[in-house]
Amino acid sequence: MSQTTNRELLIDVKNLRVEFNVKAKEPFVAVNDVSFHIFKGETFGLVGESGSGKTTIGRAIVRINGTAGGDVMFKGRKINGDIPKALDYEVTQKIQMIFQDPMASLNERAKVDYIVSEGLYNTKAYKDEGERKAKVEAALAAVGLLPEFASRFPHEFSGGQRQRIGVARALIMEPEFIIADEPISALDVSIRAQVINLLSELQKSKGLTYMFIAHDLSVVRFITDRVAVISKGKIVELAETEELFAHPLHPYTRSLLSAVPVPDPIEEKKKRAIYYDPLSHDYSVHKPKWVEIRPGHYILGNDPELEEYNAMLAK
Amino acid sequence: MVQSILSAKDVVIKFSLRGRVLTAIRGASLELYEGQTLAIVGESGSGKSVFTKSFVGMLDTNGWVESGSIMFEEQDIAKFKGDKQWSTIRGKKIAMVFQDPMTSLNPLRTIGMQIQEVVELHHHLKAAEAKKRTIEILTDVGISSPEDRYSQFPHEFSGGMRQRVVIAIAIACNPKILICDEPTTALDVTIQAQILELIRKLQEQYNLTVIYITHDLGVVANVADQVAVMYAGDIIEYGTAGDIFYNAQHPYTWALLSSLPQLGIKGQPLYSIKGTPPNLFNEIKGDAFAPRNPKALKIDYVERPPYFQVSPTHYARTWLLDPRSPKMDPPETIKHMREKFVRYSV
Ligand SMILES: Nc1ncnc2c1ncn2[C@@H]1O[C@H](COP(=O)(O)OP(=O)(O)OP(=O)(O)O)[C@@H](O)[C@H]1O
Ligand SMILES: Nc1ncnc2c1ncn2[C@@H]1O[C@H](COP(=O)(O)OP(=O)(O)OP(=O)(O)O)[C@@H](O)[C@H]1O
Ligand SMILES: [Mg+2]
Ligand SMILES: [Mg+2]
Repeated sequence: MSQTTNRELLIDVKNLRVEFNVKAKEPFVAVNDVSFHIFKGETFGLVGESGSGKTTIGRAIVRINGTAGGDVMFKGRKINGDIPKALDYEVTQKIQMIFQDPMASLNERAKVDYIVSEGLYNTKAYKDEGERKAKVEAALAAVGLLPEFASRFPHEFSGGQRQRIGVARALIMEPEFIIADEPISALDVSIRAQVINLLSELQKSKGLTYMFIAHDLSVVRFITDRVAVISKGKIVELAETEELFAHPLHPYTRSLLSAVPVPDPIEEKKKRAIYYDPLSHDYSVHKPKWVEIRPGHYILGNDPELEEYNAMLAK
Repeated sequence: MVQSILSAKDVVIKFSLRGRVLTAIRGASLELYEGQTLAIVGESGSGKSVFTKSFVGMLDTNGWVESGSIMFEEQDIAKFKGDKQWSTIRGKKIAMVFQDPMTSLNPLRTIGMQIQEVVELHHHLKAAEAKKRTIEILTDVGISSPEDRYSQFPHEFSGGMRQRVVIAIAIACNPKILICDEPTTALDVTIQAQILELIRKLQEQYNLTVIYITHDLGVVANVADQVAVMYAGDIIEYGTAGDIFYNAQHPYTWALLSSLPQLGIKGQPLYSIKGTPPNLFNEIKGDAFAPRNPKALKIDYVERPPYFQVSPTHYARTWLLDPRSPKMDPPETIKHMREKFVRYSV
């Protein structure tokens, strides 16, 4: 699906900058001049180095982290910074984030019933107790958890079960846009398949849009339409999924793909991953630019590098 | 010849939950060989974490080892009571790295202090030397600008960086056995590759024995000498990596391999196992996987299968291996699986 012109934009992130005040003179820039857009109904993948700012971008979109610069647009309206109460409320309901760290993100003292209902309580999005209970049960069932789990506490679950509680609490809000931050990392492959199938089904039936953050590139390849690769707070390459996997250009993307483990002991034991050295770029003379090197395929590079990338594509 | 370093026999582990008792581990046995890496895979909730936590006496307070033995250095550590006894083993001889790094880190103390404390205690170093060693360890696990990172708090680290710190703490004591419970789940694949490399290096250097729990079968293929497959509190198949990937025998292992995303076709649903795992509050009869196995045999509902030997390295608990059973082939999807994997040519 490459008709970029006539598709509806759902999320438009422009020159996003997020800083943290650490005990240093200068604030730490976790996200630096990041721009991308997400079409309605698509699954947009965000992959890259750990610590590169993926979660921070997600948290900036759902307004947990403040922004130091740039715009986050949701259906054409700016949703970062100071916004009207009504819009804030709308964003709270329509954009949900499934958090990465299932243990740290679940309130340990609350029962699952409360945890899953929290968003409903906050937005009062239910008629009566009966409806709320039914919604909780349906959300738990959707992620393959038994209704009786509602009365348990998070520590009484395995890692994968906890992660599914996190998915259930996002689904219950019936959002339009879900930022799924490693939603399947702690799941066994079969439940992983179930959750992926569920997300795809919901996407078809409800027209949901996803931003999918994951380290498992086999899954990313399977479910995303487009992928952005991020390294050290900057997006270095962005393309349609198949294009990116077939023609990775940036050295970071290439090192990432070379490291993907293949479930085949004979192959895997002789594999050599390519290491990426961020210092290999010489940007002292020629500054890097963000260019569309092929339709829909964007890359960060300076003139000599772009020449090299063009040569790779010509092969 | 490889030597056994830890031997768990018929281990049963139970939890009491608001007046009711659930059985999380149902008579699991495991042999661990010195200097080797055993990967444990299996369904979420099947008991991988609980089983291995019992090797370091870290079961939650509502859980206990009901029966069975865990022999390590001529002691049955399953009989250990209290932190005093465990303190001779836990962290020192058997260290564990958890799935969720925040559970092992104190949010209120700096990263540097948390590592240094372990280094001081274990290596009897003075503060200045211990700090130097701490910074070396941070560098070892791939944290850049370790001097600055030393004085930061866990929340200032990304998920992946926190996990590397936890690994740093675990290896600071040079343990004999390192249990890694999904240590690289939160890491990108390049750092994951570095961590796997690091573990391998430590393994060679110190003859470290590793238990590696993961859902990523690609990682299993990378690290494992042996593989144990768990389902519903039991090890249902055990063998070398080659045995499990190329010659799996148990229907659950077949189903597990069939669910690999690498075997999926874009736009179509992935294969997944139907139904839910058994309720651990109830007694399980026969083969625990039978209700979800469309091709289960009659006997599967009646009697629990024993271990059948496939080869000197390979065992599986399935009636399919009984000579009286009908012959059954693995599913088409996983036959010639190797040819279906894409290797990225970069
Ligand atoms: N509250 C905070 N205070 C200070 N620094 C922070 C804070 N949150 C994140 N950071 C820093 O911002 C950077 C980006 O972190 P982020 O969690 O977004 O990474 P990530 O890409 O999600 O990584 P991972 O794949 O490991 O989850 C990291 O260097 C991290 O240390
Ligand atoms: N403290 C506890 N109280 C009650 N039940 C528990 C407790 N800890 C674990 N369990 C149960 O024991 C079973 C095994 O849990 P365990 O954490 O070992 O699973 P796992 O195989 O590690 O799963 P995952 O892959 O999701 O991490 C699960 O059904 C879980 O709900
Ligand atoms: Mg993150
Ligand atoms: Mg676990």
